[in-house]
Amino acid sequence: MSDKKPISSVNDFVVRFANVNGSGSASANEMFARAILRHGVPVSPRNIFPSNIQGLPTWYEVRVTEDGHLGARGGVDMMVAMNPQTWDKDVAGIEPGGYLFYDSTKPMPSTKFRSDITVIGVPLTAITNSTYTDPRQRQLFKNIIYLGSLSALLDMDPKLIEQLIGEQYKGKEKLLSSNVHALHLGRDWALQNLKCPIGLRVKKSDKVGDRIFIEGNSAAALGAVYGGATVCAWYPITPSSSVAEAFTSHCKKYRHDPVTGKAKYAIVQGEDELASIGIVIGASWNGARAFTATSGPGISLMTEFIGLSYFAEIPAVIMNIQRAGPSTGMPTRTQQCDIIACAYASHGDTKHVLLFPEDPAEAFEFAAAAFDLAERLQTTIFLMLDLDIGMNHRLCRPLKWDDAKQYDRGKVMTAEMLDEGRDFGRYLDVDGDGIPYRTYPGTHPTKGSYFTRGTSRDRYARYSEEGTVYADNMQRLVRKFETAQDLVPRPLQANAERPTKYGVIYFGSTSPAMDEAIGLLEARGHHLDRLRIRAFPFHSSVASFLAEHDFVYVVEQNRDSQLRQLIVNENGIDPVRLVPIVHYDGSPITARFIAKAIGDHQDHLKVTPLRKAVS
Amino acid sequence: MTYIAKPKFHHPGLKKNELGYTHRDYEGKISTLCAGCGHDSITASIIEACYELSIEPHRVAKISGIGCSSKTPDYFLGNSHGFNSVHGRMPSVLTGANLANRNLIYLGVSGDGDSASIGFGQFAHSIRRGVNMTYIVENNGVYGLTKGQFSATADRGSKSKKGVTNTDNAIDLVAIALQLGATFVARSFSGDKSQLVPLIAAAIGHKGASFIDVISPCIAFNNHAGSTKSFDYVREHNDAVNRLDVLVGRDPIAVDYAPGTVQMVEQHDGSRIALRKIDADYDPHDRLGAMTFLQKHAAKGQIVTGLLYVDPDAEDLHEHLNTVETPLNTLEADTLCPGSAALDKFNASLR
Repeated sequence: MSDKKPISSVNDFVVRFANVNGSGSASANEMFARAILRHGVPVSPRNIFPSNIQGLPTWYEVRVTEDGHLGARGGVDMMVAMNPQTWDKDVAGIEPGGYLFYDSTKPMPSTKFRSDITVIGVPLTAITNSTYTDPRQRQLFKNIIYLGSLSALLDMDPKLIEQLIGEQYKGKEKLLSSNVHALHLGRDWALQNLKCPIGLRVKKSDKVGDRIFIEGNSAAALGAVYGGATVCAWYPITPSSSVAEAFTSHCKKYRHDPVTGKAKYAIVQGEDELASIGIVIGASWNGARAFTATSGPGISLMTEFIGLSYFAEIPAVIMNIQRAGPSTGMPTRTQQCDIIACAYASHGDTKHVLLFPEDPAEAFEFAAAAFDLAERLQTTIFLMLDLDIGMNHRLCRPLKWDDAKQYDRGKVMTAEMLDEGRDFGRYLDVDGDGIPYRTYPGTHPTKGSYFTRGTSRDRYARYSEEGTVYADNMQRLVRKFETAQDLVPRPLQANAERPTKYGVIYFGSTSPAMDEAIGLLEARGHHLDRLRIRAFPFHSSVASFLAEHDFVYVVEQNRDSQLRQLIVNENGIDPVRLVPIVHYDGSPITARFIAKAIGDHQDHLKVTPLRKAVS
Repeated sequence: MTYIAKPKFHHPGLKKNELGYTHRDYEGKISTLCAGCGHDSITASIIEACYELSIEPHRVAKISGIGCSSKTPDYFLGNSHGFNSVHGRMPSVLTGANLANRNLIYLGVSGDGDSASIGFGQFAHSIRRGVNMTYIVENNGVYGLTKGQFSATADRGSKSKKGVTNTDNAIDLVAIALQLGATFVARSFSGDKSQLVPLIAAAIGHKGASFIDVISPCIAFNNHAGSTKSFDYVREHNDAVNRLDVLVGRDPIAVDYAPGTVQMVEQHDGSRIALRKIDADYDPHDRLGAMTFLQKHAAKGQIVTGLLYVDPDAEDLHEHLNTVETPLNTLEADTLCPGSAALDKFNASLR
C-alpha cells in the first residue's frame, strides 16, 4: 500500500507504456489512446522509440487531457512497465502517489518497488500462456490483455474498445473475436482480483468534437496530393520516411485513372538525397510539381542543389521532418534544429522560404500552399515539420479544402504569349516584384528557349561574368525575397488580457506547450503577448511586435536559439531584448519547462526597489 | 562563354530535312572549347543526327553536369531548352525532367569526371531505372577544365602530360552500363563521325536507357605519347565490331547490302537500324556475350567500338511506374486534386 496518498484525477493524467520494440505493443497502445478519444476525452500520445527494429526499449506516452492540452506534460502518473530492461528507470520516473502496472507472473523482490506508489500486478504471462500456445500469439495478445486490465482499472467503457477492434478487423472475423476475447480476459481478471477503478479515471465527456486524429507526416503527404504534386523523389530517413510512404498510399487511393488504372504521379526512391533533390529540380524545371521529404542529414547533402534552385530559380518543395542533430545525432528524437541550415542553405549568398506548421492540420494546409509558393517564387520552399508533429498522432481540426481553388502556376510564358511578341528574358524583372517569367521546355519551335545554369548570366540568360550584371541579378533576388514576405503565412498574435511589456515568440510544434504555459504563467501573475511565427521571411508584423515589447522570449527546441539568431540577423534587433528559452534534450518541450524558464526570468526582472528593501 | 556572335545567314541552297529545317537550325552558339577538341566533333555529330532524324529542335531537352563536355549543350540545338546542372548530377535532373514530361527527347551530356567519378552513383542508378534517354559520355580520361588531372577512366599505366603514371584501375563505363541493364550500349570515337552519327541517331530512337561512351581526346591535356586516349592511340587500337545505318520512316533500304552481312533491328519509334557486321560472330542482342567480348578485347589493349548491345523491346521507367500517357506537367487541379468531398470522408475515417 502506498505511503503517499494515491493520485486521484479524472480525465487528466499521463500513462506511459514501457515496451520492447518489435513486440507488437504499438497497435495496442494506440488503441488505448483511441479508446479514450471515443470517450470524448482529448488525448495526446507520443511514441518514444529507438533507432532500431527489435529488442531495444520503446515507450508510448498518453496524456489524457480533458482541457485539451496537447503538448507533452512531463511526469508519469501511471507506468505500464512491460520492459525488464528499463524497469528501474521506469519505476523511478513515476510521480509520488502514482501507479505501477506490471506483469506479476514472476515474483519480484520488494526492493524493486517504491513505497510511495500504488503497485498493481496482473499475471499477464500466466493468463496468456494458459490461453495461447503459439509464441507470436502469446506476445501479441498479451498487449490486448493488459489493455483489457487497464480498461477496468481506469473505468473505461469496454464497448468503445470493442467498437475500435471491430473497425480495425472489419471482415476478419476470426481476428476480431480473438482480440475481443483477449480484451475480456484481461478485464475480467482485473475486475475479479483488483480494486477497480483506481484514482485515475476516464469519464465520458464531449471535448473532442469533430477533431481528427492524424500524424503530421500523413497530413503533409495528403497536402502534397491536394497541392498537385506529381513527382516525389525521396531517400529513406527517419523521421521523414512516412511522408513518402503516406504519399504513396494516398496516391494509390486518389490518383489512379479510374478507366485505365494509370498513375497520375511518379514516385522514385532515389539512391540518396542528392538524387532525390536532383529529380525534384529536374521535374520542377520541366513544369511538374515535385517534392522530396527528408531530415537533417539529407538537408546537408542537398545543399548544393538548393543553391542551384535559388540561383537558377527553379521551384522545389522540401519537407524537412527535423530530428536531433548534429551529424546522425538522435535520429528518433525531436528538435527544431535546422532553422539556420535551411534558411541559408548552400554556399554563397542565399535565403530560402521556410514554413512552420504547428500541427497536422497546418501541415496539410502549408504543404499544399508550398507548391503554389514554389511556382510563384520559383525557388525552394521548406516545410519545416519535426518528429513530434510528423510521427505522432495529434488531435487537430479537420482538414479543409476549397473546391474553387485553382493552382497558382506562377509566371509561365506560353507559346501564345511568345507569338504575341512578348519580350522573354528568363531573368528579366518585368513586374518589379523580382519574379521573372519562365518557359517550360518544348514550348515553342523558335522562341522562348534558354539555357539554365548555375553560373552567372544576364537578364536574358546569357552567360556573363560582368560584375554589374551579377550584382543586378543578386539584387533582384533580394527583391524577390521581399515579395515572398507578403505571400507566406503571416504570424498570428494573441495578446495577454492586460497590457504588457513582455512578449513571447514561438513556432511549430512548440505551440500546444506554449498555449498551456501561458495559463500557468498567468496563474503566477506573468502576462505575455504571444506571436506565433509561421514562416520565413518574416512579415513586418514581427518587427512591430519586437518594437512594442521591452523583452521578447523566443521559445524553441534547439541549443543555439536559431530562430532568435535569424530574427536578430534579419531585423537588426538588439539581441539583449530577445531572451532565448531553449529546450533541446530530444524530448518534446513541455508547458512546465516553458512556464518555469520564463517565470524565473520574469521574477528576476522584477527588482525590488532599494529603499523598500532596506526599510 | 561566347563572346563572338554567330552569324545567322546561310547559303540559300542549303539542304532541308523533312520538316524544312536546315543543318543550321540544329546548331547552337559558337564553341569556346579548344581548337581541335574532340567534343566539338561530338557536337557536330549530335547536330547531324538530329537533322537526319528530322527532330523538331524544341522537342529535345539537353541536360548536362559540369565540365568541358557539359558545356557543349550550349553549342548545339539552340532552340532547345538546356540545363547545365550540378557536377555529376545530370542523371537525376534528367530523370526528374523525364518524369515531368514523357513526350520530349532527353539528351544527357556528361564527361568521364562527371559520370565516372563524382557522378558514378547517379550514372549507375539512372541506367538501372531505365530512364528513356540518350546518355552520352564525352570520355577523354582527363579533367580538362582544371588542367589535366587524371579521371577515373584513365587506364592504369597511362601517362599524364606532366609524365605521371596512373596507378589506379580504370572504370569502363560501357562494361558497367551493360552490367546495370542498359538496353542500348555503344562506344565510339569522336574522330569517327561516320560511326558516331548513326549511333546517336539510333540511341535517340531507342526507348529506354541508351548509353554511348565516346572516346574524345583532349587536345590540350591528353593527346601525347603515353596516353591511351590520344587521337593516335585510339585510331591504332580501335576495334569496331559493326557499323550501322539508321533508316527512318518507310523508306526502302537504299543501300544494297551483301546478303548475310546485315542485321536489321526494328526500333520502338518505327525506325530501323541496319547493322553492318565487321566481326561476323558479334551478336549485339547477347548481353553476356558482349560483356565477355569486351573484357577479352580490353585485355588485349583493344578499344571495342560500335553498337555493342541493344534490346529493341526494352521498357522504360514510365512503364515501370505505370504513369499516364499525358505528361504529368500538363495535369491541373481538376485531375490532381481529390476535392473536399473526399477530404470529408478522409476526416471521418480519423475520428
